Amino acid sequence: MSNVTLKVNGKSHTLDIDASTPLLYILRNDLGLRGPRFGCGLGQCGACTVIINGVATRSCITPVSTVKSEVTTLEGIAKNGKLHPVQQAWIDEQVPQCGFCQNGQIMTAKALLDKNTNPTDTQIREAMAKTLCRCFTYYRVQLAIKRAARAIASLGSNRSKEVVA
Amino acid sequence: MSGANSNPTRSASAIARSLKEGRSHQKTNAFTNIPKQVEEVLEKWNTATSRRNFLKSSGLLVVSFSAAPLVSTAAAEAAAAAQAAGGPYPDPDFHQLDSWIVIHEDNTAAFYVGKTDLGQGTGTAFRQMMSDELDIPFDKTTCIMGTTNLTVDQGGSGGSDAIQVDGWPMRRVAAEARRILLDMASKRFGVPVDDLTVNDGVITVKADPTKKITYGELIGGKKFNVALTAANNNIDNTTGVAKVKPVQQLNMVGKSPQRDDIPRKVDGSGTWAVDVKLPGMVHARNVKPPVAGAKLISIDESSVRNIPGLVKVVSKGNYVAVVCEREEHAIQAARQLKVNWEKPATAAFPTSDDLFKFMRNATPTSKRQPNVVGNPDAALASAAKVVEAEYEMPFQGHTAISPAHALADPSNGQMTIYSNDMKSYGLRNGVSQFLEIPRDRVRVIWMDGPQAYGRTAADDAGFEAAFLAKEIGRPVRVQWMRNEETAWDTKGPAFTFKVRGALDTQGNLVALDFNARAADYNHLGYNEADTVLIAQLMGRRRAMPAPGNSDIPSDMYAIPNRRMVAEVVSLPTIWETPLRTGNLRDPNGPQVTFAAESFIDEMAAAAEADPLQFRMKLLNASTTDDNGFRRARSIAVLKTAAETFGWDTRPSPKRPGNGTILPGRGVAYTYRGQTVLAVIAEVEVNRKTGHVWVKRLVCAHDCGLIINPEALRRSVEGGMLHSLSRALYEEVKFDGEKVTSVDWITHPTLTHLDAPAKIDVLLVNGDPNPNRPDLPHYGAGEASLKPTIAAVANAIYDATGVRLRRVPFRNARVLEALKAAGV
Repeated sequence: MSNVTLKVNGKSHTLDIDASTPLLYILRNDLGLRGPRFGCGLGQCGACTVIINGVATRSCITPVSTVKSEVTTLEGIAKNGKLHPVQQAWIDEQVPQCGFCQNGQIMTAKALLDKNTNPTDTQIREAMAKTLCRCFTYYRVQLAIKRAARAIASLGSNRSKEVVA
Repeated sequence: MSGANSNPTRSASAIARSLKEGRSHQKTNAFTNIPKQVEEVLEKWNTATSRRNFLKSSGLLVVSFSAAPLVSTAAAEAAAAAQAAGGPYPDPDFHQLDSWIVIHEDNTAAFYVGKTDLGQGTGTAFRQMMSDELDIPFDKTTCIMGTTNLTVDQGGSGGSDAIQVDGWPMRRVAAEARRILLDMASKRFGVPVDDLTVNDGVITVKADPTKKITYGELIGGKKFNVALTAANNNIDNTTGVAKVKPVQQLNMVGKSPQRDDIPRKVDGSGTWAVDVKLPGMVHARNVKPPVAGAKLISIDESSVRNIPGLVKVVSKGNYVAVVCEREEHAIQAARQLKVNWEKPATAAFPTSDDLFKFMRNATPTSKRQPNVVGNPDAALASAAKVVEAEYEMPFQGHTAISPAHALADPSNGQMTIYSNDMKSYGLRNGVSQFLEIPRDRVRVIWMDGPQAYGRTAADDAGFEAAFLAKEIGRPVRVQWMRNEETAWDTKGPAFTFKVRGALDTQGNLVALDFNARAADYNHLGYNEADTVLIAQLMGRRRAMPAPGNSDIPSDMYAIPNRRMVAEVVSLPTIWETPLRTGNLRDPNGPQVTFAAESFIDEMAAAAEADPLQFRMKLLNASTTDDNGFRRARSIAVLKTAAETFGWDTRPSPKRPGNGTILPGRGVAYTYRGQTVLAVIAEVEVNRKTGHVWVKRLVCAHDCGLIINPEALRRSVEGGMLHSLSRALYEEVKFDGEKVTSVDWITHPTLTHLDAPAKIDVLLVNGDPNPNRPDLPHYGAGEASLKPTIAAVANAIYDATGVRLRRVPFRNARVLEALKAAGV
């Protein structure tokens, strides 16, 4: 056991914990977060995805000792009480069925759009390829990513107008 | 096509109009002022407690019901007293209106129903149906589902029956509540009911609109105390005196308010069954036998002595679990525990490669009475052309995205189980029997969870958690690991098919001889105390295994001579085996329809006929129909799908060109109950790799009266892609003693790379009289699984001229078939 300090969604936490513990269990069981979920424990499905340093990361296979930067979870992407455009697109497109995997779908999509605000269909498919859904909402997820990209683009253009004004 | 012309089939555009254009896509307030989760809803009108403060102080999410909700009149007082002491938990009495509907002082309503919403939006649909009958604004309602001591027992979910069957008593009780409220207002104002109007939960005197009163003012927080009747004491028959509204007076039905479960699923605010934490809770992991039928000889507990927070190693019979304070330590302990197992002397089952040979050679354990029309043998003997084919479908699993899980709390001598099991009432009953705890001392709180498309391992996990909680005396959370889930989850049965068909000289299909054989002996029911896995491993088994099921095609084709035989065979080992079968989303439909509709295509090809026209001809060959107009509606869906797809009428296959990518299209049609549908798939087959991409899917779907078109579309899309995953990838592999499909590498599934570029779901109302006052609503949760595999197989044939008769169509198999055919 050792003291591990983790910054998650803007807050720092110090925990007395075995540093080899996968991040997922700390997030869920010690910090009470519900976004990242256990799906396979093998890094194969994406249900546990969090964002670290802008990278969609599988928290089920990430030992907490290796986490050196802030962790963002599904709970941390809404800003000032407003859903992230990806989350809003998910509601507008009515994406989820059971919804269990959607943490991974949303966080992976956000990491994609953070890097590439206007991905092509192929780029979307490839970026999302390893994020599995067993209700098979892929078609709607892809529509929602395009919708979110449009929303982000229009937010961006509004912002630049404000700057100009 | 004369038969089709006489039927009220309608073009896609007419159908789109019929869906009340302008009313779909309507957004409703997210209803944030009345939360959805059961405990939060209860908190709203439980003045006795401030759970939120309790949550703040504990710093952990804690779910508890600390005061009684106003549920049933008969049980309310008893429940109030009992819950203070943590039980017992009697059933809400479905003969009481108060068990179904509670109206609050703020003129909002809560509907208590005995179903579970697995992510298809049934909860939202129930609110639409019930708010229409009650005449209260949709966004002032909430729906509480599947908690055994709070909601009436409608059995939970299954069989795509939520809207079709359970929607009726819900509508009738809501209509009855409206009638009672009008009666109350009539007395209040001293005018006859006929002189009152009701709109949005406000009753007004027609002659004097200043005289009005809300439902909340009339009855808010009080009980109706109205008894309902139910013929044969069957909850499905529950009714009051009031009649439901004719379809023309329904307002929310047919609109598409957004699903109320979605916001909590995208912002992380929902509390799922995996999320619940209780004070003193411990974590358990199972240690499964390494091979089917292995016998536990001994456990070396010293092998886990170094695990921090080890609470206990539990074993009984061949059931073994470890329990630890922390989850990651339970996982570690389960991996590390040394168990000495004795393998059985003989192989438990054939290998997956030998499965179909084994099944064909097996003696059936049961056989349905053959369904015979005409004289198929004579017709086959005298036919101009006879075609024979065999088809094979492997075992396919649920393979839920989250492994099975449950949390059981044994506090106060009760047993409370937090579970996503779609049949929460069955879980309650089963655990009560299994642990010999009185039924009213067990309750199941249904919560969101991973997909529950049939009999999943959620049943097993619920029993395991309850057993361990009783053993340990603390709340126990059980979670299966990925390898357990993929290997040991219940499977949809494997099938072999043997089919013969005969054409006359004009190319008419005059005989069909269809034999379906399923490896389904000892088919598991839901939550049975003598078939759940933990019971089997403890040696508790029923004397007579369930005979299992096979099935015959579902179509309205007029074929003068038919024989359809459905048989079941058994694997050598039926107990304590990972190859245990249970319902998987339309239990046998995807398998049977794959064979049946592939074969119809083979007959069309033999007749050198267009496959769609060949089907139309078979539907039009008779003019008789059933009382649900299933034949007329079958024609309507095929026509609609073809029009939207832009079907080019010609025989299959298309002559493959020289390019790498071979395009093709295929159709399949079937029905499920009274829901009829046709699917057209457009594929691209890569000649060099064997890869199949289903570029486009069109589904024309008629499930009668539609409650929520947009939610229905997504459910149909999901169903088609689920079936596409089964068509292209899914197969449970096994050697002679264990399942070797244990993760997402060894059990591949559909991914984002496979998503079609375009999906059209056309909601057809092919009823000859769509304005019928009581137009029924049929089920829609599973039908779209049925025809999709065949549509894809038929499209591959159209593209390549190669007929794939063995699922799944993974690259290697397709490539091999292309090479063998010289394509």
